[in-house]
Amino acid sequence: MIVFEKPKALTDATLHYCPGCTHGIIHRLVAEAIDELGIQGRTIGVASVGCSVMAYNYFDVDMVQAAHGRAPAVATGVKRSDPNNIVFTYQGDGDLAAIGTAETVHSAARGENITVIFVNNAIYGMTGGQMAPTTLPGQITQTSPYGRDVEKVGYPVKVCEMLSQLDGATYLERVAVNNVKNVKNAKKAILKAFKNQVEGKGFSLVEVVSTCPTNWGLEPSKALGWLEENMIPYYPLGVYKDKYKEEGEAK
Amino acid sequence: MTTQILIAGFGGQGILFSGKFLAYEGLLEGKELSWLPSYGPEMRGGTANCSIILSDTKVGSPIVSNPDVLIAMNAPSLDKYENETVSGGIIIVDSSLISRKVEREDVNAFYIPATKLASEENLAGLANMIILGHAIKKANLCPHENLEATMKKLVPAKKQHLLEPNLRALELGYNY
Amino acid sequence: MSDKVLMKGNEALAEAAIMAGCRHYFGYPITPQTEVAAYMSKRMPKIDGGVFLQAESEIAAINMVIGVAATGKRVMTSSSSPGISLKSEGLSYLAGCDLPALIVNVQRGGPGLGGIQPSQSDYFHATRGAGHGDFHMLVLAPNSVQEMVSLVFKGFDLAEKYRMTAMILSDGTMGQMMEPVSLDMGEIKQYDKPWALTGTELKRKPNIVNSLYLKPEELEVKNFERYEKYKAIEETEAMYDEYMMEDAEICIVAFGVASRVSQNAIDQARAQGIKVGMIRPITLWPFPKKALLKASEKVNAFVSVELSMGQMVEDIELATRCAKPVLLCNRVGGMIPTTEDVLNKIMEATKVGGAK
Repeated sequence: MIVFEKPKALTDATLHYCPGCTHGIIHRLVAEAIDELGIQGRTIGVASVGCSVMAYNYFDVDMVQAAHGRAPAVATGVKRSDPNNIVFTYQGDGDLAAIGTAETVHSAARGENITVIFVNNAIYGMTGGQMAPTTLPGQITQTSPYGRDVEKVGYPVKVCEMLSQLDGATYLERVAVNNVKNVKNAKKAILKAFKNQVEGKGFSLVEVVSTCPTNWGLEPSKALGWLEENMIPYYPLGVYKDKYKEEGEAK
Repeated sequence: MTTQILIAGFGGQGILFSGKFLAYEGLLEGKELSWLPSYGPEMRGGTANCSIILSDTKVGSPIVSNPDVLIAMNAPSLDKYENETVSGGIIIVDSSLISRKVEREDVNAFYIPATKLASEENLAGLANMIILGHAIKKANLCPHENLEATMKKLVPAKKQHLLEPNLRALELGYNY
Repeated sequence: MSDKVLMKGNEALAEAAIMAGCRHYFGYPITPQTEVAAYMSKRMPKIDGGVFLQAESEIAAINMVIGVAATGKRVMTSSSSPGISLKSEGLSYLAGCDLPALIVNVQRGGPGLGGIQPSQSDYFHATRGAGHGDFHMLVLAPNSVQEMVSLVFKGFDLAEKYRMTAMILSDGTMGQMMEPVSLDMGEIKQYDKPWALTGTELKRKPNIVNSLYLKPEELEVKNFERYEKYKAIEETEAMYDEYMMEDAEICIVAFGVASRVSQNAIDQARAQGIKVGMIRPITLWPFPKKALLKASEKVNAFVSVELSMGQMVEDIELATRCAKPVLLCNRVGGMIPTTEDVLNKIMEATKVGGAK
């Protein structure tokens, strides 16, 4: 008999996320990875600022809430305090790729042995739908009401591509959770990102291309369609860096 | 009894190190003391200086603006601090780098060609200790028998080869 | 021979932090406090569990401090004025999360990039508004190398006792000078930290370190509770030193290097028969209000000697309810008041109803 159970690393709290938002799926995948690796008792999470600011209510582990963009720096402190801690950050695109760019880049460059879950939905969700560093060219948001004009405000930041140039980063993969196949892939990637840390392999980041039906102004099902047609072509899924695989192949 | 000492010269002349010698000697004698490198506007203009205060009572301001003993290792320092020296104070001049004489008549001036002696006596870079030795003698800053013990404390264990030349420089100035 | 050693203030402070059990230091280079970071970079790797990390920014450094503080361990960072401005965000989060940590500010002249010479012009920042929101930090102002040591121990202790940030408010003179110092500070008191993030080990409910309270009534309670604690601290933890106050008719108020210069001026004024003394605040927050109020009953005038534009004058006036005139003797921008400056101001004070 197969029983579908809630992962142990999730609390019983009801998620506050909007209908059709993929945060719930990603929370579950993170919790499953923690369960499968048997690390719940020594995992410490770092919540960021954005829609997932209250992630500390959902993960059944010790949690600290960081200032906007600073989660990787706080995670660095938690990890360096006791390397036995398994430390993850859970950040959105505004947090990780705009106000916290320096913290992201330098924790990767240091090869900080932490796991970063990066949820990219191309918009600032919590503040009500402003242009994000990952908003697509032409995309309409509250602060790009005529569509993102790349001539005036520049281009989106492709985080995995950017970080893949750093020698310090260990593992970078971009996934999505828009269909069963992609959810399975995402699960594998998140599990690997945690396993890397358990094995002391260094900085792992999984970028999850996600939806924001509320601020995109789309029904949940149409939001998934928009993600497939617009987001994934601009942010191609795949492994951008896997230091240990490369080394393995070299042998 | 409080003695305020100002050692002044160019950066790189070992001003701070000779100041440290006096501080360590004071520590050895259990005196109250302070040592302060030029940290303030006076470090501008190419001069480095070091304030040392040795006292029987708790030291107030660590900044020496009116020295009892001035050790001048270049002309700008003598120009700057000659008039700040207390009446009846002592000024020690490195006469190989400063051609002029001390103008004030209410202070006791002593001249020693410390830099020249250093090169003649194969004590390169130790003019600071030569002039300090002279100052110790002339201003009676500490008993002669403390020189060796202080230097042993000051020179790090890894740099024991520097002990002998430093002591020799100090003695050279002391006996000049 | 004494058991004391000669150390530079900045280095003594760093060594004291290590002796007080601090094993984590995060910093960023800035003059004139770089010796602290340099000392830590040399010492920490040689100590079991010691971590030195040069962060990519002041902001990252203070957030790394938050990370370690959340795990309940002693942690510190140091910087100088412009760097402390950058850390202000983190200081507010430390307060909002009720985390203990030690922050060192070796002040330099401002505003903006200012200069690199000593200053006390971050007084308001430290005692009033170190970041957004209602909060205080414990602010300790050493005036000797020995206090650079003892106040580090005190700062860590008070920080843990009250779950607050303690700041050492120092300046370049204190950092650069050498004095004989004893590093033996005795036993370190241990505090229980049931709130610390140590991993649940599946034995307890998760601990959450957080400053977000979306319900105003909850956030209000948090603020009220914090201010109850502050009130208790103001009542019991104010530290100060008195110098020749027994018969004083003029009271100098000064901290840090200004108090050292003032001591010389007082000695010289006393030699001329002027009855002047000094109250030296050791904690700037809590400010030694009671001592000053009591002094205001006896003295005719106060003289605030500062390396800032009279920022402490406000605290003296508040503490004494403006009972007596408060004169200001100050130099700024990296300048230090001379003994003569202070002496002249003491003379002026004798004329505004000061000593007879």
